[in-house]
Amino acid sequence: METTSNFLNIKDVSTAFKINGKYYDAISHVNLEVNHDEILAIVGESGCGKSTLATTIMGLHNPAETKITGTVDFEGTDLLKLDEKGYNKFRGSKIGMIFQDPLSALNPLKRVEAQISEVMDYHTDFTAEQKHDRVMELLDQVGIDNPKRTARQFPHELSGGMRQRVIIAIAIACKPDLIIADEPTTALDVTIQAQILDVLRDIQKENHAGIILITHDLGVVAETADRVAVMYAGQIVEEGSAEQIFNSPKHPYTRSLLRSMPQIDKQDDDLYVIQGNVPSLQKMPTTGDRFAPRTPWVPASEHEADPKMHDLGDGHEVRCTCYKNFEFPDQQGGVKS
Amino acid sequence: MSLIEIKNLEVHYPIRSGFWNRVTDSVKAVDGISFNIEAGETYGLVGESGSGKSTTGKSVVGLEKVTSGSIMYQGKDITKKKNREALDYNHDVQMIFQDSLSSLNPRKRIEDIIAEPLRNFEHLSKDEEKLRVLQLLDIVGLDADALYKYPHQFSGGQRQRIGVARAVATNPKLIIADEPVSALDLSVQAQVLNFMKKIQREFGISYLFISHDLGVVRHMCNNIAIMNRGRLVEIGTRDDIYNHPIHIYTKRLLAAIPETNVNSRAEHRASRLAVEEIYQKQQDKYYDKDGLAYPLVPISPTHSVALPQDVAQEIIKQEGEVQA
Repeated sequence: METTSNFLNIKDVSTAFKINGKYYDAISHVNLEVNHDEILAIVGESGCGKSTLATTIMGLHNPAETKITGTVDFEGTDLLKLDEKGYNKFRGSKIGMIFQDPLSALNPLKRVEAQISEVMDYHTDFTAEQKHDRVMELLDQVGIDNPKRTARQFPHELSGGMRQRVIIAIAIACKPDLIIADEPTTALDVTIQAQILDVLRDIQKENHAGIILITHDLGVVAETADRVAVMYAGQIVEEGSAEQIFNSPKHPYTRSLLRSMPQIDKQDDDLYVIQGNVPSLQKMPTTGDRFAPRTPWVPASEHEADPKMHDLGDGHEVRCTCYKNFEFPDQQGGVKS
Repeated sequence: MSLIEIKNLEVHYPIRSGFWNRVTDSVKAVDGISFNIEAGETYGLVGESGSGKSTTGKSVVGLEKVTSGSIMYQGKDITKKKNREALDYNHDVQMIFQDSLSSLNPRKRIEDIIAEPLRNFEHLSKDEEKLRVLQLLDIVGLDADALYKYPHQFSGGQRQRIGVARAVATNPKLIIADEPVSALDLSVQAQVLNFMKKIQREFGISYLFISHDLGVVRHMCNNIAIMNRGRLVEIGTRDDIYNHPIHIYTKRLLAAIPETNVNSRAEHRASRLAVEEIYQKQQDKYYDKDGLAYPLVPISPTHSVALPQDVAQEIIKQEGEVQA
């Protein structure tokens, strides 16, 4: 990992939304790095701020309603300082984005070829012929069997998996260094999901791009990610390599999430349920461990007053000190899982 | 005797075209499927989108007009409306939908939503009704102050639990659960699945559990049917399907489930690609000349697979050799 250069540095980024005249932090003090040739997965439940992080990097927020602080250093440029015009030089060319719902992300009135070459109209000076060739190449690269036919079709004529491939083709048209994929396979069948993830991985290898994969599906993360950041209530609570997160999870939230998945060996038992709910934006605790209300059996002395990230070595970091003695209530005094 | 016996169920949608708008062809959404649901069990119906699993579910509740075939309940064919009314069938069979927000009326309070099936089928006094609704809310773990709230005031998991409460209101014998947890977060999914299991233990309800998530199905179901292009390709117990799959389509679905074991990532991918290659290359071995599944043949008392008998035996032999 040390040999690769990180080209995206997110430092101390907070994004606050205005609700009834007051600002509430959707993400607070997020620090992340993305390197070339790696897939960084951001995992968390709905409402934890993972999509807000993506849209913050892409500059898709209305400045009148949001307050963003911190720096997003992308190859030497602070993206958060850019105006709309400056941003447009990056969006589509250096940074590609893949959205969750492939139907609403495509223009229903334009043929596939026109939609893919539109990106190149803005960011390259290709001739019409070069653009056509590139579209064919891209469609082939994302695993579409008959690029010629697909290029002439409209989005409604394609299946969900095909549409998502077209979206990926648009995102990688200008060989971006960074691809942000927000729940790219959530709307798809498992077999199609596996194919799309393969395509993403192949593209990352070919283009040496860095990918931020945002998902709530731990299976997808385990299959594709090199590094994982777990988010809860707007904060990163644990970060590490995929092996570290899945083989020796530390933070109570990470461990609870992994435990609530249906397991093969315990199929007739009840599933583990995390007590309580994810707090809404207005009710988000601003001090102390934000996950503490959901593990009420842990004594307050275990938590830090202002939880910091602690380095456990080899890039594994965890927030708060409560992980040290954490046990699930049914395992107290017994073996640690 | 089984609770529900489905025999050769077919649901075809007509395709109209030409000047006279005549029926020229049909979409065979469900194309001759048969299976039985036993009392008190959870029966899993698995398939990709477009395989006809939701159409099957809707036919069992009586929401879909059946083209041919029969669904027997207490000795009567409930595909006919007359029999459904005579048996009070819609009292005994309820449904949980995938999208909890659009399946609850946004202008009704939770009290009215949950009481609606009671008002339709059971003639209770105001006080009895309220008591029953409170009991139901308690079963699914919601507070009494939920009574006067509206659906939009709840989170996705709570709404899905309200859907469960409404479905169990009439003490049904069978609940059709069409993708009940696929829109939910992991921890909320665990909550809803636990409630469904708890209710089953307490009231002996059967579920027809329709899902594309094989991990959830493995957790919930005793018997499983795999559906592909309107036909069943394999039915069997949980052990049959997950540990001894025969049909390539079943194997392909199983191979596509993401594994949480990070260490064996490469092997898992290799085996998935191997299965995918067989699936692409040997279509004619596993499907008939129209690309549809063969009729089911039994290979053990519980396990049937949609293959010609000789092909099925050959695969079983191969598998045996691999394991030995």
